[in-house]
This record gives sequence, structure tokens and C-alpha cells, in this order.
Amino acid sequence: MVEPILSEPILSVRGLHTSFAAQEGTVRAVDGVSFNVFEGRTLGVVGESGCGKSVTARSILGIVERPGRVTGGEILLRPGDGGAPVDLLKLSPDAMRKVRGREIGLVFQEPMASFSQYYTIGNQIGEGIRLHLGLDAKAARERAIELLDMVGVPQPSRRVDEYPFQLSGGLRQRVMIAMALSCDPRVLIADEPTTALDVTTQAQILDLLRELQEKKGLAIILITHDMGVIAEMAHDVAVMYLGRAVETGPVRDIFRAPRHPYTRALLRSIPTVLAKPRSRLPTIEGSIPHPFNRPQGCAYHPRCVEIIDDQCRTEEPPEAGPETHRIRCFLHGGHKGAVA
Amino acid sequence: MITFMVRRLLLGLFTVWLISMLAFAIIQLPPGDFVDSYIANLAAGGATVSADEANAMRKLYGMGQPIYVQYGKWIVRVIAGDLGESMEWRRPVAEVIGDRIWLTLLLSFAALLVTWSLALPIGIYSAVRQYSLADYVFTLVGFIGIAVPNFLLALIILYTAFRYLGMSVGGLFSAEYALAPWTWDKVKDLAWHLPLPALILALSGTAQLIRIMRANLLDELRKPYVVTARAKGLSEMRTVLKYPVRAALNPFASNIAYLFPYLVSGSIIISIVLGLPTVGPLLVRALIAQDVYLGGAIVLLLGVLTVIGTFISDLVLMWVDPRLRHQLD
Repeated sequence: MVEPILSEPILSVRGLHTSFAAQEGTVRAVDGVSFNVFEGRTLGVVGESGCGKSVTARSILGIVERPGRVTGGEILLRPGDGGAPVDLLKLSPDAMRKVRGREIGLVFQEPMASFSQYYTIGNQIGEGIRLHLGLDAKAARERAIELLDMVGVPQPSRRVDEYPFQLSGGLRQRVMIAMALSCDPRVLIADEPTTALDVTTQAQILDLLRELQEKKGLAIILITHDMGVIAEMAHDVAVMYLGRAVETGPVRDIFRAPRHPYTRALLRSIPTVLAKPRSRLPTIEGSIPHPFNRPQGCAYHPRCVEIIDDQCRTEEPPEAGPETHRIRCFLHGGHKGAVA
Repeated sequence: MITFMVRRLLLGLFTVWLISMLAFAIIQLPPGDFVDSYIANLAAGGATVSADEANAMRKLYGMGQPIYVQYGKWIVRVIAGDLGESMEWRRPVAEVIGDRIWLTLLLSFAALLVTWSLALPIGIYSAVRQYSLADYVFTLVGFIGIAVPNFLLALIILYTAFRYLGMSVGGLFSAEYALAPWTWDKVKDLAWHLPLPALILALSGTAQLIRIMRANLLDELRKPYVVTARAKGLSEMRTVLKYPVRAALNPFASNIAYLFPYLVSGSIIISIVLGLPTVGPLLVRALIAQDVYLGGAIVLLLGVLTVIGTFISDLVLMWVDPRLRHQLD
């Protein structure tokens, strides 16, 4: 793994809040998430279902669906020409559209449902190219063929005229990546890109992403619930729980010495071939609270095995730890009884 | 694909044949025959017909024979292009129907056009701006449109136009053109009269279609490919029109066939109310009088048109849905 590059991040998310107004009350799907994404590096965002991973991705692109709304924070994107970072949340809708697909590409979980079945893949890839790069239909088609070739789709000049339903799942995901990269974005957000694929195809897609990252210096935000994928792909990790990043840091530190009880529990629950046969896989006690019944204090405390005292139940732990490895847990800072 | 189309065409021909038998049988179903109802009519007017005369009439029309012989004779003539003679009008069926079938088609087509050009944009708007004020207004108006019978609407519009605007809105032609041969002026006169009946005819269909379009599109708008399109940086308008609307339109293509007979049969009451020279009122009269050849010819014609509509519908569906196209190859 590469050592942390002490340069400016391409994308910096600061205290992002996104909430959904429902009749029963407001759900804070993303509740103060902060992380940095660097050129040529992969940030793995990991957590259980419903922890706000996907909403974070959609918030960055400004495509959170109603009744969801980004209510606070900053999303700073460093422009390609090296100017001062731009807050995406302050951009006009028109300016934001020029960022989507152009500066930041998005790869989805379900490659079948994420394509329209009514247009050829060439049409769907070429659309962004024509919009952002101003190429005509013919040139866009040429570029689509090049892109298909780049992501390893065989016979790209024939495939370009095919429809998504004519491709296999793995090929569809390659096409999806080609589409996300069609305008040479600097940041790629991959939202569970391998979840819907079988294991061998998963490995191929991850290899492809890594290869493209090396070639183009892409910054990748990889959203997954799979710690194995994180171990294989990520340079940095943000562990999310109920809309918050509870631990962020370099992947090596987090895997070798996880600090937050939730991270430790997640790592314990990875199946391993070294385990004793027929032994039970450790699981995390309890289940994720319903978003309307967010626990008081540290949101993880009802499931936490390392709970200290009432402070965990009543106060939210502040961010603590060194600059490169932030933890939100009273075990690591902010506890009143602690000797510091 | 060619084999598919040929198969569909043959199937269509077979269907038409079945329809012809059914049409003939249905018209014969009520007790009695044309001569009975003719005699009853005359008797109501005070005249009497002797049994001999009645029998002579039956023989003339070939009514003594078994029904399959009657059908056989009829269908052979129909294939040769002769629809027979209307018993009631005592004129060839082709002449009685005359322009009516084309006027019916024209009116139905105009109504379809109005239906689509109203329902699609309103349906799209209602779905995209779900629960907005305009959506509620369209929903309310739509439900009224579904609930109020067409003929009542026709009467209200007739009355309003006559009472307050001094317009006479019956028929498809002004009095001086109704029986005149076709001229450019007559066409212009028709164009002037067409929109109102077309609109009245279109209204209930429009209301239903708005609901269907809205529901379809609401389904499609939640699908992941819409998010993909947004993530590409497309404008909202382009996103909606290119992807979910395209998908939501699919059921419409397959609906053409079902809409068509509805427009023809649904127009009967309105045609009577508005005095439109379409085949609807003619069919009703033929059925009451048990005018076998006229009624049979009209039912057969409508059947043929429906089969053609289904065939066109298949072609359109193949054209709009690539999945269907590739399944067949």
C-alpha cells in the first residue's frame, strides 16, 4: 500500500448532512460525514445497509431524490486547473450539471437496472460525451468504441450497437464503467460496483478499476459493505454507522489496529478460511436501529460491547485521534473520566 | 421477424373469418327475422301482410334455408366484394354505408389524436410534479371526465354552444353540404365541424389515459436508470423525456388496438346525440330491424378494422421496443 500522500485532496467532504423529510419525522441519513479523497487513491466507504453510504454518494453529485435534501456541510472539489476549491453545494444547478459526469463519474450497483433498455449502449455512452465534450454523433461513437475497448469489452465496434439486455452481467458493469469514465472525470464514485456480480467477475471488475486508476490517476470512492473488497482495493477507509463516519484512516492502520468497537466488530465478522470448521461466525449483536429511533448519545452504544458508562448513552462522542486517523468514540477521546 | 409478421397476418385473416361467422350468428340470435320485424312495423302503421306475402318475402331473401347455407351464400358474395342488399333500405349495403365508414375512421382518428395530445403531456406533467396543485387539479378534472357519461357532456356542450354562442353544432356538415358531392368546400366544412365531436369523443379516453400515463411514469421515474441519466449531467427535462417517458410510452403502443374499437363503439350514443353520419347509429338501426346483410357487413367491417389495428399495434411495438425485436431474431 502507498503511504498517505500529503497533498491537497481532490475532493473533500466536510460535515455533510443530508436528511429526508417523512411524515413520521426527519431522517438524518447522512449526519456529519467528513472525508478526503486524493488523486490516484481509493477511499473505501464501508458500513451496513442503511448507514448512509449511497446517500453520501448521491449528495456529492447533487442527485439526492426528493424528499431528501442536503442540509449542511461542504463538498469541496479542487478544479482541474489548480484553482481554489469549489463548494459543490453552492453551485447553480447548471454549473452542477457540468460537474456530473464530467468531473465526477458514478458507477452503480445494478448494471441491468441502471441502463435503459431502449437505447443502444453506444447511444448511452455517447450521450455524456456529446454533452460535455461537444463531440458530434460520429466522433462520440468512435470514442465510445475506444472506451469499450479500454474496459475490456471484446469486439467493441460490434458491441457498441447492442442493447444492454444483450450483454452479460460482467460486461454490463464494464460498460457502466466505460460510461462513467467517458468524459475523463477525475473522481469516480463506485456504489457497490461488484455486489450484483459473481465472485470471479467481481475480481475482474476490481482489477479493471485498479488498472484504470493507475493509468489515469483517478480518485475513487468505493462504496461497499464488503470488508474483503476494502482490503483489496482501498488506500483509505471511512467506516460509517447511522449516517456518521465513526472511524477514518489508512486501510493498513484500520485493519491492523481497528480502534472503534464497531470497526472491530465488522472485522471480526469477516469469514476466513483459517477459521475452525463448523465454528460460528462472530456477528454484531442486535440490529441497526430504525432511523426514526436513533439512539441518544453514541448511536452505536446499544450494540457496543465495550461501552464505558452513561456518557456513551447521553453524549455524542467528538472526533478524536491523529489527523490521519479519526475516531468517534469515548474510548479514544472526550471521555470525562479518562486520564487523557 | 418476417416470419413473425407473416404468421400474424395469417392469424389476422383467420380471426376475420371467425368474426364473420360470429357476426352472422349474432344478428340471427334474436327471435324472429327481418320479415317479422318488417310486418310488425307495417302492422303498427295499420297495414297488414298476408302469410303468403310474408313467405314470398322470406323466399326472396333466402330465409327458409338453414343458417349455414345462408352464411355460405353471404360469405361467398362478400369475398367477391358484394356486401349484399340492405333489406330495410332496399339499396346495396355498400351504398348505404358509403362515406360513413370513412367519416367514422376520420372521427376516430381525430379523437385518438386529441386524446394523445392532451393525455400525454398532462400525464407527464402530473407525474413529474406529483402532488403539486396542478396535479390535483388535473386529477379532479380527470375523475370528472371519467365519471360523467360522454353523451351528457355532448348534450351540455350542444346546449351551451347553441344557447350562448348561437352555434348549431349537430352533424359533421352544414346543411347545404350534407348531401352534396365531395368538393373542396365540403372538406373545409368538415374540417370546421370535426374538432368539437372529436373533443367530446376524446374526453373520457383522455381522462383514463392521463391516469395510466401518470401511474406508468411514476413507476419509471423511480428506476435506477433515471439516476444514471442524472449522474451523467443531463438536464432534468432531457432526462425525463428521453428515458422514463420512453419506457412509459410502451404500453400505449400496445393499446392502439384496444382503443380503436372502443372509439368506434363508444361513439354510437354520441353520434346519435350529435347527429353524426357515422356507422354507429346505422348499426343500431340495422340490429333493431334485423337487417342481416347491413348489420353483418358493419360488424364485419369493424372486425376487420380491429384486426388491422392490432397488426399495426404489433408493428409499432416492435419498432419501439428493442427487446421484442431481438427476441424474434
